[in-house]
Amino acid sequence: MSTNPFSLWVYLSQTPLLWLTVTLLVYVIADALSLATGRHPFANPVFHSMWMIAAFLLLTGTSYTTYFGGAQFVHFLLGPATVALAVPLYENRRIVAKAILPMLVALVVGCATAIVSVVLLAQAFGLPREIVLSLAPKSVTAAVAMGISESLGADASLTAVAVILTGIMGAIIVTPLMNRMGITDYRARGFAVGLASHGIGTARAFQVDAVAGVFAGIAMSLNALVTSLLVPIAVTLLMR
Amino acid sequence: MIASLCLILLCQLAGEIFVRALALPMPGPVIGMMILLALLLARDRLGWLARGPLQGGGVEAGASGLLAHLSLLFVPAGVGIVQKLDLLAAHGLAIAAVLAISVLLTLLVTVATFLLVGRLMARGQPDEQPSERPMP
Repeated sequence: MSTNPFSLWVYLSQTPLLWLTVTLLVYVIADALSLATGRHPFANPVFHSMWMIAAFLLLTGTSYTTYFGGAQFVHFLLGPATVALAVPLYENRRIVAKAILPMLVALVVGCATAIVSVVLLAQAFGLPREIVLSLAPKSVTAAVAMGISESLGADASLTAVAVILTGIMGAIIVTPLMNRMGITDYRARGFAVGLASHGIGTARAFQVDAVAGVFAGIAMSLNALVTSLLVPIAVTLLMR
Repeated sequence: MIASLCLILLCQLAGEIFVRALALPMPGPVIGMMILLALLLARDRLGWLARGPLQGGGVEAGASGLLAHLSLLFVPAGVGIVQKLDLLAAHGLAIAAVLAISVLLTLLVTVATFLLVGRLMARGQPDEQPSERPMP
């Protein structure tokens, strides 16, 4: 056993233990900040955890692969958390059943808007073809979007970054936007943020209102289905 | 708690098997969610299903625990930004502008469609009610 702090670092920096601890610790700090500001939109815990950990990795020269060795245990829980959305859906089934028609229409129209707007805007901004393709599925949850991206031959890791940025932007913007527009229907507010910003939007919706959270969860799940079908069609129609 | 987590994982596993077996273009966990919802609804009708995590709010508590910190689960994927710094240095501003405008449009169009259809339905209902009255 060496007492040299450098060799201790060399050992620890390769273990999942350190990076899992860093992920949880930074998140606990970011979440406490968010709570202290009364869940202010700009105190978004995902955003602040993300840049703090990224800065720490860059300062210590740690590769993302090494970091992910520890963080994968957290990442894995995205799947079970999606399954767990069945519980709030079940508990609010009567409110949901009443709104089934507005949900389905808003799902198709919103999903088409998300895909068409990002493809046309990215082309208008003169982004290269590979980047346009990688941004197309940005409104669905990370694992699904990366799958779509791979099937298009795009850069799946860029898609993951676009997905997270989209989620954070939607989660920050939704509350001030909806308040300013005087929209008080939390079903509609939740559904919109779940569709535009998947799980990060859903997490935000649960912070604001339980019903908004349920509708966001439904929008996120349904959008994963519709986007998988619409992205290949939109890409063939809009990109030649 | 372990039994609840086990049930959630079983639903996800069944969803993955279903999606892979039929080569469907949809995520396994979403099918898993539908399976868990079906189980919860079936439990209320069929007494023999109400056991283990499906009784006494077991799976409900497990799911709330997972969903309480949904934000945390996105942090590892978000940190992946460190792999894309050179690309973001070249195109970062354009990408950020494209994503921001697209999110704004998507939020506005979705919320407007939801409210519009809801209002049209509410307007349609008073017309339907008189017709349900027995004719004299």
